[in-house]
Amino acid sequence: MDLTTFDYQKLEDKIKTRELSCVDVTRAYLDKIEAARSLNAFISVYKNDALKRAEQVDKKIAANKAGQLAGLVLAVKDVLVVKGGRTTCASKVLSSFISPYDATVIEKLKAQDVIFIGKTNMDEFAMGSSNESSYFGPVKNPRDMDRVPGGSSGGSAAAVAGDLCVAALGSDTGGSIRQPASFCGVVGLKPTYGRVSRFGLVAYASSLDQIGPITKSVSDAARLLTFISGHDHRDSTSANLPVDDYMSYLDQDVKGLRIGLPKEYFAAGLDPQVEKPIREHIDVLQAAGAEIIHVSLPHTEYAIAAYYIIATAEASSNLARFDGARYGVRAQGVKDLEEMYIHSRTQGFGREVKRRIMLGTYVLSSGYYDAYYRKAQKVRTLVKDDFERALSDVDCLLTPVAPTTAFRLNEKLDDPLTMYLSDVYTVSVNLAGLPGISIPCGMDVSGLPVGLQLVGKPFDEGTIIRVADFLEKSH
Amino acid sequence: MAVTIQEVDHIARLAKLSFSEDEKEKFVEQFNQILTYMEKLNELDTSDVEPTYNVLALTNVMRPDEEKTWLSQEEALANAPRSNHGFFSVPKVIG
Repeated sequence: MDLTTFDYQKLEDKIKTRELSCVDVTRAYLDKIEAARSLNAFISVYKNDALKRAEQVDKKIAANKAGQLAGLVLAVKDVLVVKGGRTTCASKVLSSFISPYDATVIEKLKAQDVIFIGKTNMDEFAMGSSNESSYFGPVKNPRDMDRVPGGSSGGSAAAVAGDLCVAALGSDTGGSIRQPASFCGVVGLKPTYGRVSRFGLVAYASSLDQIGPITKSVSDAARLLTFISGHDHRDSTSANLPVDDYMSYLDQDVKGLRIGLPKEYFAAGLDPQVEKPIREHIDVLQAAGAEIIHVSLPHTEYAIAAYYIIATAEASSNLARFDGARYGVRAQGVKDLEEMYIHSRTQGFGREVKRRIMLGTYVLSSGYYDAYYRKAQKVRTLVKDDFERALSDVDCLLTPVAPTTAFRLNEKLDDPLTMYLSDVYTVSVNLAGLPGISIPCGMDVSGLPVGLQLVGKPFDEGTIIRVADFLEKSH
Repeated sequence: MAVTIQEVDHIARLAKLSFSEDEKEKFVEQFNQILTYMEKLNELDTSDVEPTYNVLALTNVMRPDEEKTWLSQEEALANAPRSNHGFFSVPKVIG
């Protein structure tokens, strides 16, 4: 029995009945991380801290005072701050930044006795779809070491798929949880915009970013979501709405559910090897009494252009704070403040981040603001309206996550537009602020995992969890 | 509208970044490719469409104006490349 392959649901009983101690479990993962260094999934490993915490949690379990996620060994994308540890965003500019506080999600999970095992590698500042833009080098896909794990939460997805942790946290701005989950064959959930507080998440594009879980099972995703959700006075965009117990949506049937298939998502560009297992799952739902409805999202083809204008514009503004003055790397040998700004930023940021800051600055600059930025925000309204219309007739949508399975390392590295276009099935969901979940649904002929996406109504994570759990258990 | 080297220089100045000549040439090429793709949006008539800046349609979120303890001065300065007498310290601003 290799306990590192367990999801939390399997592990929980063994930990709470003290068949396994948290120290045993944590040690097993630490050994596994050490053995899998070639994946490059982690930027920091909390070796001593994790074991110390495991000991404390074991004592709490013995005293019957443990939290509800006791012993859940969690990896955290290095874009979320954890007090006292490094938070680098996989960037040179923050390579020695020590966070003086905890993100809200970290605080909430600490209260439930989660054990933090380390910080995962990612695309620099979450900008990328392949995890190749990290200052700390690319992450490899544990299913095939010559392939990318997807991005930007590539380290988190690889860590879960490679059994280096029970579960992980990621962030999703245009698909950064769902696409790597799909490429690595694990579950990834992006909640509704506003469901989870972003306090302590280093911002990329503030109107699109959401934090969510990457897990080995739908039930673990449901459980983590239940604990990280909710209003937070420190994030004014977090929604002041009651939080569901997402576990109550597990083990339900799908009879009578209306599931929409957007025709634009099953059109040219979708690899037939990706489409095949998805179609098989649609048949499973139909056989179980779900109604399959054909719907249309007519503005789909404009989503990527709108997304990259909005995301880069917000990024150029958010990343203005990295100027070498208050934190981060400061260039040496500069003659004045202006030079300090320019050289610190030029030396501190990598290629893709600079490209996006430049694009974002351009679309916001005088003379182009209306033509690009305002136009994109209007198109965003059209994209959002498409979803509203489609979801008024169905309970959720079912789509692919990515047009292909994991591509090879270096394949798209120097071709930004091709890389951007691979986000076609995920970015619209962020533009509309909707919840989406990616679950493994099969393999292509090379044995690479294929993902399937379910998209729900705002704040109705319950329905997509219900359908995802049903499909997972149909395997 | 095609982007030129001069425009790349202008945008770099606004973004407080600097690039080598090679990098600039590459930018011009990639920018034009990306911006041409983005001009696809012009196929849509959006004259009667309101922009969506935030999907939650939030306006001002107010909170009581109360004093709270946050980071100490020491913690706030801990990551500073240079600090002096409790302040962030930077190179001279006026020549």
